[in-house]
Amino acid sequence: MNKIISAEFLAADIKRFVIEAPKIAAKRKAGQFVIVRIDEKGERIPLTIADSNKDQGTITIIVQGIGKTTKEINSHKTGDFFLDVVGPLGKPSHIENFGTAISIGGGVGTAIAFPTAVALKEAGNHTIVINGARNKDLVILEEELKIVSDELYITTDDGSYGYHGFVTQKLQELIDSGRKIDFVLAIGPIPMMKAVANTTRPYGIKTVVSLNPVMVDGTGMCGGCRATVDNKTVFVCVDGPEFDAHLVDFELLTKRNRTYNQNEKAALESHLCNYDKAFFEAVNSEPLHQ
Amino acid sequence: MSPLTKKERMQIPRQPMPEQAPLERNKNFLEVNLGLTEELAKMEAQRCLQCPKPVCVEGCPVGVQIRDFIQLVSEGDFLGAAAKIKSDNALPAVCGRVCPQEEQCEAKCVVGVKHDPVAIGRLERFVSDYERETIGIRTPSIKPKTGKKVAIIGSGPAGLSCAGDLIQLGHDVTVFEALHEIGGVLLYGIPEFRLPKSIVKAEVEALKSLGVEFQTNAVIGFTDTIDELFENGYNAVFIAVGAGLPYFMNIPGENYNGVYSANEFLTRVNLMKAYKFPEYDTPVFDCKDKNVAVFGGGNTAMDAVRTAKRLGAKNAYIMYRRSEKEMPARLEEVHHAKQEGIEFVFLTNPLEFLGDENGWLRGVKLQKMELGEPDASGRRRPVPIPNSEYITELDMAVVAIGNGSNPIIQKTTPDLSYNKWGNIVVDEATMKTSKEGVFAGGDIVTGGATVILAMGAGRTAAKAIDNYLNNTNHR
Repeated sequence: MNKIISAEFLAADIKRFVIEAPKIAAKRKAGQFVIVRIDEKGERIPLTIADSNKDQGTITIIVQGIGKTTKEINSHKTGDFFLDVVGPLGKPSHIENFGTAISIGGGVGTAIAFPTAVALKEAGNHTIVINGARNKDLVILEEELKIVSDELYITTDDGSYGYHGFVTQKLQELIDSGRKIDFVLAIGPIPMMKAVANTTRPYGIKTVVSLNPVMVDGTGMCGGCRATVDNKTVFVCVDGPEFDAHLVDFELLTKRNRTYNQNEKAALESHLCNYDKAFFEAVNSEPLHQ
Repeated sequence: MSPLTKKERMQIPRQPMPEQAPLERNKNFLEVNLGLTEELAKMEAQRCLQCPKPVCVEGCPVGVQIRDFIQLVSEGDFLGAAAKIKSDNALPAVCGRVCPQEEQCEAKCVVGVKHDPVAIGRLERFVSDYERETIGIRTPSIKPKTGKKVAIIGSGPAGLSCAGDLIQLGHDVTVFEALHEIGGVLLYGIPEFRLPKSIVKAEVEALKSLGVEFQTNAVIGFTDTIDELFENGYNAVFIAVGAGLPYFMNIPGENYNGVYSANEFLTRVNLMKAYKFPEYDTPVFDCKDKNVAVFGGGNTAMDAVRTAKRLGAKNAYIMYRRSEKEMPARLEEVHHAKQEGIEFVFLTNPLEFLGDENGWLRGVKLQKMELGEPDASGRRRPVPIPNSEYITELDMAVVAIGNGSNPIIQKTTPDLSYNKWGNIVVDEATMKTSKEGVFAGGDIVTGGATVILAMGAGRTAAKAIDNYLNNTNHR
């Protein structure tokens, strides 16, 4: 059981949890993840560790409520518990002083890219952060990123805040400005990571992405998280989660991530139905108890 | 009543195991074998010749006193029999269900020379179930505390048997498990219908009552390294992490949706209870009215294909590149699978998985094989028959061709010796590794093998660890 020390929404459906996990806090490095299970019937959900505090023995995760389980995670509040938190899993990010490094986060990927941005900065890189969101309300971690970056660019798809456009357009501008860019990290939705890979490929800029496939155990035992990188099958949980963006088969990753879409839809519907039913019953049973 | 003569004993037929009807059980996850009744057990025990030199024991990797426990069964002293087994086997209810007795104790049984051998496994199962269901699992007495601490990595059969022995010898034992539940392959791998999880849980509870400590969600290597375990006060470490890295066949199309490793398919269904989706949150491919093929011929392949059938598969195939004779699966599992309507396609090798534009599996291109000369394993090597390719429609495929060694310990403990397959190198007599105070056993040493061999390794290691800890020079 791991206690939730604090839980707060950063944007609609995006929640930040600080969880008691002293061992993980002491060990984790940028790029690693944990697997969270909320209760006895729960799924094992892999989530990148966004931050940690060794002294307080806590780790931070940031969760976007998309499916049944992630929505249930986000219904947890300060003082609640998660049944299981295991980690740190996966290989840490490869960090060195590349020179000028750009960390790109899209949506909740901003949270996942955050620790690596911190590590890049600490390693002595001139660290540029591009933080993309659909609109102003979905921009997260702006203050935190301002502190850890040398340059911060916020982009919104609808232009409601910061630069009007996609992260790749901002990236292209930076490349076109003639600056020497040595390293790019991109974390976010698959189409975004693929677009970043395509943007940097012609210039031969070393680019790394963090993959988010379907996973069960997270220790190499099941092989459910396999992806194709450089025409070879890899297990993302033990061989990754970070890989050379120019070698990842994003098409395959997209398709494999749809494996359980039908089940997920059914689960979410039955979850909501049960919720409605429980609500209805609660409302209607009240007079009986009075 | 005078005791039966040898001849009379030989005339008693092997007593049948009551089981769920095949076409009923292939729709549920309840246990297939229902267990012997007291009468059947006593009758079966009468078949034992009580040999002066019981050769059956030589066939048992943990040396259960088979003749003596069977004598007690024939006398109706079932609890005495249970205690007799328990002094050599930490998990009899498990072994009575999943051991390949036909290759071990029962293969050596003298009765088996002319007749069917004594059903040793069924009797072992009967007495341990009898004990658990009547008075609860009894725990043996433990020696005075030595003050020594042992860390066991992995809570599968090797880890549990080692823990059981070491705690009895007076050492403190902590078992570290990477998953959220204790039991390893007994839990995530072997299905409910072959080994009910309540039995594994009862065995684990018994170990807990003896004082064995269990830590779940502990991935040794990441959570703590082996060196850190020593720094944290452990005096010895036993690595029993299993094989745990599924092999794929490296043929085109293997990453289509609907292609699973046996580990993933079984873990989703067994550990995560996907067969109860959506009551449980973890989904698995919906097999209902679908065509499913499992590639492989071992027990895991049988478990996977029978699971698919229970999930409603219309056609559930075993596809195996050799012939039935070479299949490593237990005879009972193959027999049960056939009864349940599993279709066996022998001498067939997959060349390529075929999929649709959305990345879903739609079929497999197969090639017919014939048997050639024996290979290194002693089995006749399958050789492709030219121009014999054909296509079978499939919605789901499970690859059950074994496991390589999991890389986490190797990556985080470079100062251990490994062979070229990543298995830990040990002294077979003691399970001692190249690293001071570190022992290893089970599938991480041997590659994929059986529950009982892993338990045997756990026991051997426990003895060696006890010796090591009693030697004043240990770390």
